[in-house]
Amino acid sequence: MPDDTDQLLRQILTDVLGLKPGQAEAFDDDTGLFGHLPELDSMAVAGLLTELEDRLDIIIEDDELEGEMLETYGALLAFVRAKRG
Amino acid sequence: MEVRGIITPASWSYPLPAGGIREEFAICCDASGPVRLLIVPALFEEGNKLRRLTVRVMRNLADAGIDTFLPDLPGCNESLQDLAQQEPADWLDAAMAAARHFGATHALGIRGGCMFTPRNLPALHYAPAKAETIMRQMYRARVLSAREAGRDETREALAEIAMTQGITLSGYSLGADFCRHFGTMAPTPGGARIPQEDIGGSGLWLRAEPDDSPAQAATLASRIVQALSQ
Repeated sequence: MPDDTDQLLRQILTDVLGLKPGQAEAFDDDTGLFGHLPELDSMAVAGLLTELEDRLDIIIEDDELEGEMLETYGALLAFVRAKRG
Repeated sequence: MEVRGIITPASWSYPLPAGGIREEFAICCDASGPVRLLIVPALFEEGNKLRRLTVRVMRNLADAGIDTFLPDLPGCNESLQDLAQQEPADWLDAAMAAARHFGATHALGIRGGCMFTPRNLPALHYAPAKAETIMRQMYRARVLSAREAGRDETREALAEIAMTQGITLSGYSLGADFCRHFGTMAPTPGGARIPQEDIGGSGLWLRAEPDDSPAQAATLASRIVQALSQ
């Protein structure tokens, strides 16, 4: 089965951040997220994580939340991929 | 020419569990028509993010000849009641009382509001949410902001505090009784679901900042018109 994680993650970020269609396509591994996008405060991050859980059918424990994982698009993608197995 | 879609303020009253009567605020689009829709709003932060959409839907429904009534739940929005003193059963009673007051023939729940649509009315549920999902997100936001401030909190520990002493999450003070009873609630059985996929685009409650979507409001209103005419 092809890995659709990248595509799904871009869609979820588009939804949570209210990005224009296609805007998330420009994200690369080094694109900054938490701490770089003013929209992503703690409430928004909580919403993002809950949405990731619901749409990707994964569970994210609080102690797995580390600063680095949310720092860049590449780090978040790697985390979510590992979670999906 | 008849002007539709004028939003007017109204008050409605309901009996308190311990006796006495309380007044609450509502906004209405009332042309004394036969189809009268009680809207139970989304809860907490989601309520803020969906307020504009909800009012747009009311205006669109007015154009279709459907009257709408959007009451505040006790302790929410303009209510003078203390949110920390509320229990889910009070909100169910309040929604029933609002339905009676406005002569509602149908109900529309939005997200968490779907848990409080009166059982005796045919209901539509837009993107219904379980209490567990809403609480999980609020706990998580609190854990994250504590971590940013250098404090270590866990969801489990917070949940325990919530059940015994009550807790403030995302600026909302919730009593211990509320936390004990709310956490396991699900949308009122029997509601006809209108999932977000039917509306197109992403749900505005997901947005990091409150947003607006005339297109989503128009689609949601037309789905409601369609459902109510069946």
